Amino acid sequence: MLTCKDFLRELSDYLDENLAGEARTELEQHIAACPNCWVIADTTKKTIRVYKGMDPYPIPPDVEARLMQALERKMAAKQSK
Amino acid sequence: MTVSDLAGSDETILVAQARQSDATAFSELVRRYENKIFRLALHITQNREDAEDVLQEAFLKAYEHLDQFQGNSKFYTWIVRIAVNQALMKLRRRKTDKSVSMDEQFDTGEDTLVREIAAWDEDPEQQFSREELGRILESAVQSLEPPYRSVFVLRDIDDLSTEETAQALDLSIPAVKSRLLRARLQLREKLTRHFKRKGDDAFAYL
Repeated sequence: MLTCKDFLRELSDYLDENLAGEARTELEQHIAACPNCWVIADTTKKTIRVYKGMDPYPIPPDVEARLMQALERKMAAKQSK
Repeated sequence: MTVSDLAGSDETILVAQARQSDATAFSELVRRYENKIFRLALHITQNREDAEDVLQEAFLKAYEHLDQFQGNSKFYTWIVRIAVNQALMKLRRRKTDKSVSMDEQFDTGEDTLVREIAAWDEDPEQQFSREELGRILESAVQSLEPPYRSVFVLRDIDDLSTEETAQALDLSIPAVKSRLLRARLQLREKLTRHFKRKGDDAFAYL
């Protein structure tokens, strides 16, 4: 029988769909029988979902301008070598 | 060639062109990844000035050493690795104990990771405006310990594979997996405060 601790250890692989065959079946049986672990599996899955593909804030224009200037200087130096 | 022609270009072609000193191709690579690199640098250094330095240093270094890029990993993984190293150097310089490292040992026991169990609505994020949600998610990530934060950002936000994350952070695959699990469980716990279904009482676990 799978314990709640076993479930936690396998949770990431389960949510990433890296768990197959018997290991997956056992975990699913545990989740179906244990309300706490069902909530953890469900809320962790939703946690991953809300973050997935979260866009980075656009880089501040002044930061980007300084980056591009620094690159241009570097490129010019390389060209003139 | 103009920048807009390059916007949809294959990364391998851009890297090849940049290697032949094509400045426009390299600028396109920078444009593709600068936001993500800046976010990662901010997450590691937690300091805007340092993050800006890391951003510049990483791309300048990449440009300088482009001939050393093997092409057997993605350009993004390579630039992430450079940026992580620069960011860690900043942290080390700032801290007096010089002990900052991605390899720091952490307790990997999972049994202490779950304190609150409460069900969430089907789409809890829809109760919040885009801005509010952004703030909640960002502040939860910021509160993670740095080694968990970097793994989570690369693996679950930037969508790198476990192998790519391990490569970028110079970690073993088991280390990536165990940090990712802890990061996910800690975030779940933090988000529960905002996302739990109204009226449900939390109860103790284990």
